[in-house]
Order: sequence, then structure tokens, then C-alpha cells
Amino acid sequence: MSKELLDKKDIDRAITRMAHEIIEKNKGIKSLCLVGIQRGGVHMAKRISAKLKEIEGTEVPVGTLDIALYRDDINVRKEQPVVRRTSVPCEINNRKVVLVDDVLFTGRSIRAAMDAIMDFGRPLAIQLAVLVDRGHRELPIKADFVGKNIPTSTDETVTVQLTEDGTEDRVELE
Amino acid sequence: MSLRSKDLISIKDLSAAEIELILETAAGFKDVLGRDIKKVPALRGKTTVNLFYEPSTRTRTSFEVAAKRLSTDVINIAISTSSVVKGETLLDTAKTVLALGADIVVIRHGCSGTPHFLAKNIDASVVNAGDGTNEHPTQALLDLFTMKECKGRIEGLDVAIVGDILHGRVAKSNIYALTKLGATVRLIGPPTLVPDCLKDLGVSIYCDMNEGLEGVDVIMMLRIQLERQGKGFFPSTHEYFRNWGLTATRVARAKEDAIIMHPGPMNRGIEIASEVADSSRSVILDQVTNGIAVRMAVLYLVSGVRG
Amino acid sequence: MILIKNGHVVDPSQGIDGICDILIEDGKIKETRIRDAEYGNETTNTASPSFTKGGRQGITDSEPQTIDARDMLIMPGLVDMHVHLREPGFEYKETIKTGTEAAVRGGITAVCCMPNTNPVNDNPGITEFILTRAVQEGSCSVFPIGAVTKGQKGEELAELGMMFDAGCIAFSDDGRPVMDSIVMRRALEYSRIRKALIISHAEDMALAAGGVMNEGLLSVTLGLRGIPAKAEEVMISRDIALAELTGGRLHIAHVSAAGSVEVIRAAKKRGIAEITAETCPHYFSITEAAVTGYNANAKVNPPLRTTKDMDAIKEGLHDGTVDVIATDHAPHHKDEKTGEFDNAPSGIAGLETSIGLSIRLVEDRVLTISQLVEKMSCAPARILGLPDKKGTLRPGADADIAILDAKKEYTVNAAGFRSKGRNTPFDGWTLKARPVVTIAKGRIYTWE
Repeated sequence: MSKELLDKKDIDRAITRMAHEIIEKNKGIKSLCLVGIQRGGVHMAKRISAKLKEIEGTEVPVGTLDIALYRDDINVRKEQPVVRRTSVPCEINNRKVVLVDDVLFTGRSIRAAMDAIMDFGRPLAIQLAVLVDRGHRELPIKADFVGKNIPTSTDETVTVQLTEDGTEDRVELE
Repeated sequence: MSLRSKDLISIKDLSAAEIELILETAAGFKDVLGRDIKKVPALRGKTTVNLFYEPSTRTRTSFEVAAKRLSTDVINIAISTSSVVKGETLLDTAKTVLALGADIVVIRHGCSGTPHFLAKNIDASVVNAGDGTNEHPTQALLDLFTMKECKGRIEGLDVAIVGDILHGRVAKSNIYALTKLGATVRLIGPPTLVPDCLKDLGVSIYCDMNEGLEGVDVIMMLRIQLERQGKGFFPSTHEYFRNWGLTATRVARAKEDAIIMHPGPMNRGIEIASEVADSSRSVILDQVTNGIAVRMAVLYLVSGVRG
Repeated sequence: MILIKNGHVVDPSQGIDGICDILIEDGKIKETRIRDAEYGNETTNTASPSFTKGGRQGITDSEPQTIDARDMLIMPGLVDMHVHLREPGFEYKETIKTGTEAAVRGGITAVCCMPNTNPVNDNPGITEFILTRAVQEGSCSVFPIGAVTKGQKGEELAELGMMFDAGCIAFSDDGRPVMDSIVMRRALEYSRIRKALIISHAEDMALAAGGVMNEGLLSVTLGLRGIPAKAEEVMISRDIALAELTGGRLHIAHVSAAGSVEVIRAAKKRGIAEITAETCPHYFSITEAAVTGYNANAKVNPPLRTTKDMDAIKEGLHDGTVDVIATDHAPHHKDEKTGEFDNAPSGIAGLETSIGLSIRLVEDRVLTISQLVEKMSCAPARILGLPDKKGTLRPGADADIAILDAKKEYTVNAAGFRSKGRNTPFDGWTLKARPVVTIAKGRIYTWE
């Protein structure tokens, strides 16, 4: 039994609001860099970058980051996590990196992503933007920019579907 | 998706899907090698043992670098034949290595079949770095990775492999991998070194190099081991070069954008002319770089297979 | 006196293939009595029936001891003319004691042991040593085969005359061929002084070039050096030509390939020389595929070949080109067959699986049961010059008898072999015709 939490319009409004919040918090978009976490955060990061361009008129560089090699559960899972591409098109040193993911849950992916970013250089700051925060943190991680807070129970699943993947924009709870 | 076996012993045992998985994973690792910090913590705390019964600088170093980039501890054991003469059996050495805490054992040995034996008798993951004249799976995988990088695909490629196929573990692993992934394979060399029975694997055989290279996408040259000359497989290196050496004229027979490959080390002037080895069509050095990424992928994937 | 009743006896030397009683006295066959319809079913005055469990039993006089062999198959004890007993010098692999125990377990009551011991059996002294050990420790008859050349080096003839007189029943450099044609010629010529048999291990060593399995697509894809079948064929052709030149008696050991069978068939048709040939159970039971996975227990010389060769061997047995089935029992220590395939010594320990594998030829209609007994008992006895004593149940022959359970299936268990050698690719196979009682050297052997 799945329930629709956010529809196309909700998602678009959330992204627009987050874009404005990013600009406000950082007093502009100078020396910002967006990094989408594979796979869920990649399209999100591109959409946020497009919104920022709409609002401020300039490009914010977008990268993709694969965190498989930094996971803390590599030797515990049944299967080895799939290794995907990483491409960070800008210098990390002295930049503010905004990590982007679709769903924030335990916080472990974000911990892995931060360790990965540190291996690229020394950022001025790392901030976190997520479309959905579903609670149940297992590490002290907090998102700076949240599309929507959705309380869930641990046996439920939150799925984000985007048109870039071939479906209609929607966020589902199962 | 993961590999089916805790070991990587032979291409013969891998499915096309598993080969694709390794190549894709290697692409992700190549990205890591492009950064300043070329290291990831993925296999932190694991121990890789390089157990080399045959001397080898290139392959051993490549595996060592790959293992270190994955943050494993590396132990290099070079077995000189004298210690074998002292009488320690393969099984005893394997058990000792296991007692050292090896999670992964990379083995190179002069006798075909030793990695198979090892894999059956120890729990650690066994990776074949070359066994006798049987296989050299990671070399074939990095060769395929390089071909895919240059040509975008493996399926439908026309690949010529030139040289000592009979004794060539690199050649054989490549034949198995290329045919599994749908490439067309041609073998070129003297009949004494290219056994006819290989036609049963779906490859074509040529002893005339000019004919064999006509229109190919990839020319893979193999190293001629000079000891073979002494055993009467061909009369002299001079004769060998005249008939099967890769010269610029012969390269011109292949497609205009054909690439030239060699597993190294090269015998310049015996199987490959110097100017050809240094030409822009040669991807020989890329093979070396890709070797590390591919070996990282292999070490990563085998250590993920449990039970 | 021992009376064996109610068994189905197959003795081609007397044309017997039916229910027959056998009477034994003082270690010799006294009488065989075929049951006809008139004779009826069982006699009712049976004393204590059947077998004692385990061990061997001396023949006591007066009371005939009776063995009820109802539903059993009985044949003259098998004569295995190609066995490696390893003693002297390689006792860690096998001894005359353990080898002959394994033989009788397999229904084999006479073995010919090859001279590639250490020291080589190339002089009467070693021959006498082997014979003495066999008398002391052997469970069955042992006939030593002497070396053709000194040290089996293939250079100088050994003292064939004196060795023959000391008890060598034939000569061979087995393990190796006699590569030098002039030496082989002399051997065949000289052996005529005793009409002695020269057994040839036919392998052109130069063509074999250090190979470890059959040459073909499998050897290439396993990365193992191959021995081409032609290496055997070439040498057989040479040996036959030399036999025809010299008038010597030639026996080709362990034939493994189709081409070899053809060459022997043609030579027999020509009929110029006295040529006989043997094969081994592994050559008609498995192919080179058994080597897959680098199974050193399938490493043997000559190597296992292809299905085509297997079929040709069976055809050769069927039409008489191949006269004998012998085991080439070659026991090795477990450690030697563990590890690198290249380094493992060649050989299969075959005494205890021989009859079980060979009886399948009868099931597959390659041979009749009489023809099988001919190949495994009568023909070898005849070729070795023992037709009145071995390989027959004629009165006056040695009481060497194998009693088998033809119907019941059993599983081959190498760990339970009597031989020290456990090196067999047939471990776990389901076979029939397990020997239940073997009588040899005046003793009755039974097992749990």
C-alpha cells in the first residue's frame, strides 16, 4: 500500500524554496559547489543548480559523488555495494560544498560522503540539502536545507521518483 | 550484483555479466586514481598477500599499488625456487600464508592449475596473477577495459592477437573474454605456436600476418619468450620478425583508427618495431594505468563474496 | 580339500559357462563337475556352509570344506601382467605385501611386477629378492618382469638369459620406452634364446616432450603440455617393424589410442610376427575430461584420451586386436598427488577396481563374459607361458579362483583400499562384480 507524499508541484515548490534558502544562508552563490550523492542526489543537485541559475543568473558547478568505497557496512552487507562514477569538476579547497541527497535517514551515507569529500581537498564548509528528511538518525547529522520533514517508522520505505529516471515526479511512502 | 565466487581464477569461469561488472567497477576506480588522494578506505583492515613463485616486477607492483589504494595491508612473498627445493609443499605454504591473516592471496606460479588448488584448500580469496600457460585473467580484463575505453564497446570488435598463443596465458584469457563478450578474434602466428584446435572456440587462424591484420580494430602483440626459439618453435628471431613482427607497413593493413596493444615487457625489434611501439596508435601505457584500476576492482569485488 | 558348489563358472579354457562344482585338493584343481539338468538342484548333504568372515584360512585335510557359491560368478583367478609393486626402493608407495593384498581383494591371483624399482630389477640378485619377498609376504603368485636394459637406461642389454633362469617371466623397461632402435632390435633378437616376451612401453619421448595429459583442445585450454596420440602410434609401428625383422615376441603395454589399435590390427593381419597387446580399464572407462579441474588422480601415462579413442579400444577388445586387460597398477603416496599437476607422478592404483570396471564391457555388449575372462585370465596366462597352471580351472592347474557377487552394487571407497596407493579417479563410482572370496597360494581370502 503506497501513499503519495509529494506530487510534481510539491517537489518543484520545495526545490525553489531550498534554492532561496541556500542563497540566503550563503549570502549569494559565490564559491559554492553542489555535489549530488549517487544515485538519488544526482538529479536533485542538477535541478537545484538550474533553479539557482534562474534566480541568481550564474552557474553553480555540479558534481557527482559515489560513496560506495566509504561506506561503513562494506563487510557486513550480503553483496558488495556497486561502485559508480565520481566526477567533481571544481577545486574543493576553499569552496563551500553543498551535499545533495534525495532522502536523509540514518545519516550514514552523509558521513561517508563527508569522508569522501575530505579526500578531495579541504572545503571551507560542508552543508547538506535533502528533499526529504524521514528521521531516525543513527549519527549526529543534520540537514541545513530540507524539502519536507516526514515522520516515518523504520519498517516503511520512502521512494523518490523523478522524470530524469523516466517516471513522473513523485515521493512515495510504502 | 556481485561475483559468484570468492576467487578470480580464470576467465573461463566468469559469465559475460560478471566481466561487465568488473569493467564497470574498474571505471569507478579509475576516477579515484584521477584525484590527488588516490586512496579509498574500502578494504581497510584487510590483508593482501602477493605470493609470487615467478619473478615479476610489473604485475606484482600493479597488484601492490591496487591493494594499497584500497587501504589493505600488503605482504609480498617472493618464493625463490630454492625454497621449493627445500621441500615446502604448495599446501604448506598456503596454510602458512593463511595463518599470517591473509584475506586475499594473489598468486603467480609456473604450473597451470595452482590457483585452482589453492582456492580449494584455503578460505581466503584467491586471485590468479598468472598460472603456467593457463590464464592471466586480470591482464585480459585490463586489456578489455582499454579496448572499451578506446572503442566504446567490445561486441563486434575485430581483434587480432599475434604471437605465441600456445604458451600464452595472456592470449588465452583474452580469447575467452573477447569471445564471451561478442568480439571476433583472429590468431596470427607460426603454426608451431598457434594450435589448430583453437578453431573450435570460434576464432580464425592465420599464419600470414598481412592477411590476418586486414581491417582489424585492435592489434594485440604478445611477447615472444626467447627460450621458445631454442626449443625449435621457430628458427630465429630474425625470421620471426620478418614474418610476424609488427611494422608500420603491417599496421597500415588494419583500420585507420586501429589501436596497438602489448602486455609488456616488449622485445623491441622482435615482435614489434620501435617506431610502432611509440606511435600515437599505441595504448600500451594506458594498459598499465588501467591495470591498477582493474585490479582494484577485482580485489574489491572478490572480497565482497561471502560464505 | 575344498568344494565350491552351486556357482556359475566361466572358464573359456574348457568352454565352461554354467553352474559347475569345483573340487580342490592340495592347492590344485582336482575336478570340475558341470551340473546338468539331471544332476538336479542342490545336494542336501552340505556340511557347514559358506564363508568365514575376514582373513585367510589354511586348507585342512580330511573334511572337505564347502563353499556355497549360489548366485555367485566364478572364474579362474585373474592374471594381471602389468603391476608396479614398488619394492625394493619405493616401499612408501607400496610393498609386495600390500600390493598382493590389494590384488586378491580384486580377484587377482597372479601379478607380474615391473622392474622400475630402486634398484632396478636388471640382474638375478634383485629378481631373487623379489621372489623371496613374494614367498614370505605375498598373498598371491608374483612373477617378476626383468628390465630390458641395464638400469632401464636404454643403452646396454641386461643379462636376459640369467634373469630368465632366475625367474623373470618377461622383460620390459616399462616406465620408459627403449628409445634407441638398435637397442630394441638387439633386445628382440636376443630374447629368442629363451623365447622371452619383450613388453614395450611404446612412447616416443621426443614427441611426448614432457607432456602431462593428452594433446588436444583440452590440454591447450588447461595450459598443460600435451602428449600427442601419435607419440604412441609411432613407437608401436617401430616396435612391430623390429619384431617382424627379428622374430622376437612383442607385447604392447597399455594401448590407449585409436591409431595404435589400427596399427596393431594391421600387423596381426599380416601375421609375420608374434604380437600381442594389452589395455587398461581406465582407457575404456574414462576420457581426458577426467583431468578437468587439474585432478592429479587422472594423471597417467599414457594419458587418458578422447571418446573416439575409448570407442576404438572397445572395438579392439571386441575383435581381438587387444588380447589382454591389465591394470598397470601404479600406486603413489597421497602427498605426491597433491599440489601442482605438473609435478605429480603419473599413475592410477587399479588392482581393486579392475574387474568392476571391466565387467561393464559385458553389460555394454562389447564382450561376452567368457571373452572377458579370456582377456583377464586365460590370455595373459597363455602369453606368459603358464597355460596349464594359471588362467584355467582344468584339473592339475593351480587352485587360483575368484568368486564374485555379480549382481550387487557397491561404491568404490579409495580410503578403504588394501593398496597403499589411493590414487584413483574412480573413487565414489558404483560398480558390480565385487570379489567375495579369492583362493590363491593355498589360502582362502574373504573380507567384511
